[in-house]
Amino acid sequence: MSDQKIDGGKRTWIIASGCAGAVGAGFVAVPFVSSFEPSERERAAGAAVEADISALKPGEKMTVAWRGQPVWIVRRTPAQLAELPKLDKELADPKSERTNFKTTPPYAQNDWRSIKPEYLVVVGICSHLGCSPGDKFTTGPQPSLPDDWEGGFLCPCHGSTFDMSGRVFKDKPAPDNLEVPPHMYLSDSRLLIGEDKKA
Amino acid sequence: MAELQTAPAGASSGKKLLTWVDNRFPLSKLYNEHMAQYYAPKNFNVWYVFGSLALFVLVIQILTGIFLTMHYKPDATKAFASVEYIMRDVPWGWLIRYMHSTGASAFFIVVYLHMFRGMMYGSYRTPRELVWLFGCGIFLCLMAEAFMGYLLPWGQMSYWGAQVIVNLFSAVPFIGPDLALLIRGDYVVGDATLNRFFSFHVIAVPLVLLGLVAAHLIALHEVGSSNPDGVEIKATKNEKTGHPIDGIPFHPFYTVHDIFASAVFLFVFCAVLFFAPEGGGYFLEPNNFIEANPLKTPLHIAPVWYFTPFYSMLRATTDIMVYVFMGVVFVGGLLAILRGGFGTVGKVVITALAVGALVVLKAFDAKFWGVVVMGGAVIILFFLPWLDRSPVKSIRYRPGWHKIVYGLFVVFFLVLGYLGSTPPSPAGNDISQLGTILYFGFFLLMPWWSRLGTFKPVPERVTFHAH
Repeated sequence: MSDQKIDGGKRTWIIASGCAGAVGAGFVAVPFVSSFEPSERERAAGAAVEADISALKPGEKMTVAWRGQPVWIVRRTPAQLAELPKLDKELADPKSERTNFKTTPPYAQNDWRSIKPEYLVVVGICSHLGCSPGDKFTTGPQPSLPDDWEGGFLCPCHGSTFDMSGRVFKDKPAPDNLEVPPHMYLSDSRLLIGEDKKA
Repeated sequence: MAELQTAPAGASSGKKLLTWVDNRFPLSKLYNEHMAQYYAPKNFNVWYVFGSLALFVLVIQILTGIFLTMHYKPDATKAFASVEYIMRDVPWGWLIRYMHSTGASAFFIVVYLHMFRGMMYGSYRTPRELVWLFGCGIFLCLMAEAFMGYLLPWGQMSYWGAQVIVNLFSAVPFIGPDLALLIRGDYVVGDATLNRFFSFHVIAVPLVLLGLVAAHLIALHEVGSSNPDGVEIKATKNEKTGHPIDGIPFHPFYTVHDIFASAVFLFVFCAVLFFAPEGGGYFLEPNNFIEANPLKTPLHIAPVWYFTPFYSMLRATTDIMVYVFMGVVFVGGLLAILRGGFGTVGKVVITALAVGALVVLKAFDAKFWGVVVMGGAVIILFFLPWLDRSPVKSIRYRPGWHKIVYGLFVVFFLVLGYLGSTPPSPAGNDISQLGTILYFGFFLLMPWWSRLGTFKPVPERVTFHAH
């Protein structure tokens, strides 16, 4: 067999059909890989949710589930708001300019990180490894927190702290601020979370 | 094709049947090659039982897994209850489930000891590199099995453990968030995630695992087992038979040896199974007896014990640690340029690589590098056959201080494992950073340190004292 002359034409066709087969196999892989993506039902469940914020009093927080994650709506007191610009030096990204974790929507790139200064809307999931931080709204010294604590959130898993705007403090495990989900006001008391297109 | 053999006249019907089969399937040939005429060194010590024990545990896991699948429901609303159903209502279900959960931890204990045996006696050295590589593949599959299997009971630790680990993938630059979405199949760990992990856990990974186990054994039986002396027994053969003088047939000598080991193993296994199935909170974590709640994180999240050394390294990689890595790259690059003896082109290439590495290290988060460190800690094992440059295989003939190096490696691996199971603390963080550096230093500097020192002469034949 080995002393036979190589048939160049036949070999070309074998290589060509082998390549065509590989391309075909590549196309067949597409539906299989795509089936890993969220299904239509989950996409629908990931749709925007409406929240009624009329009953929320200053200093209170409510949680709504969006895409299975807790979304916090916090109505901040004037005292808490006044404190926010003073914290800039202690924060890792006070102006929410970073884009490596989640890009903060342009309407929330300010000290209070929200459309209306009073209402904070953030996803209550730590940017470190996905734990849900707890409320630490009381000011002053307390366990696991600095003595000049001005109110905010503390992640129980690895000790990251966030201010009342969900901005992470420096030298903490969390690489970024809490995510501000796309959101918009349908009216003064009705908030739509998950969408920010102009209606 | 071989000609049809015929059994001698007057042979028993069993012999005739075997001849009939052998003419159609290499039954006797396989049996002889892998059992009756597979010659293994006669000087195996107790460290050599863990390979067959691993196979034994694999059988336990597959068998119990098949029966658990008959009652388990891979549905986010039913999974937790179906596990409790197995524990309370299915006759003997609790036993089968505890065998499976204890088996998972037993698997890792046995496999870690098996791997350490390989490291001590240089079992991965030429010509056994592929045996080691297939083994590392098996270790990776085992980790995947354990991780995905742990989600199935749908407890708090299942849920948040999976959440943390899947989030690790989102730290990969550029494609991370989409990759995490593809793994979860939903925006959070949910029903879709549970279903696909179930599919991977019961079908996909076990199939790959079995293939790798077969490849591991075929490669081993091709080259022959190494031994505590690291002497090639095939080098000294009996002139008449052609078999290694220092080899004994696997069956019956080592089958009996391994059955005895299995019996001893079962004593320990059953003691845990019946008296401490939760393994003091290490084998089954207390938080996992609470159903998964996506809105509430447990106060302390820790993986199961067999992942904690790697989890420690992940947590140790903070911003400061990245600066340490940058320092290492800088010093390494400088040494290579000044002392490496490279030409101008080589120096330029090294400078470019080092500068590139520094830029990349600074450009991405410590979180991403943590993931790289954790993955690298496992992947680096694959390179061991090429990192070890010691002139002798076995630790027995290496300089005394090599034993101390190996001892320190084990101590720090255990310390990392312990720290990974505890909540983070500043002191613990410093120690795990030291441990991480030592772990990588052990492997990455091995090409140098493994050659240093005075080696003892390796004997021609294995050392063996009949007992």
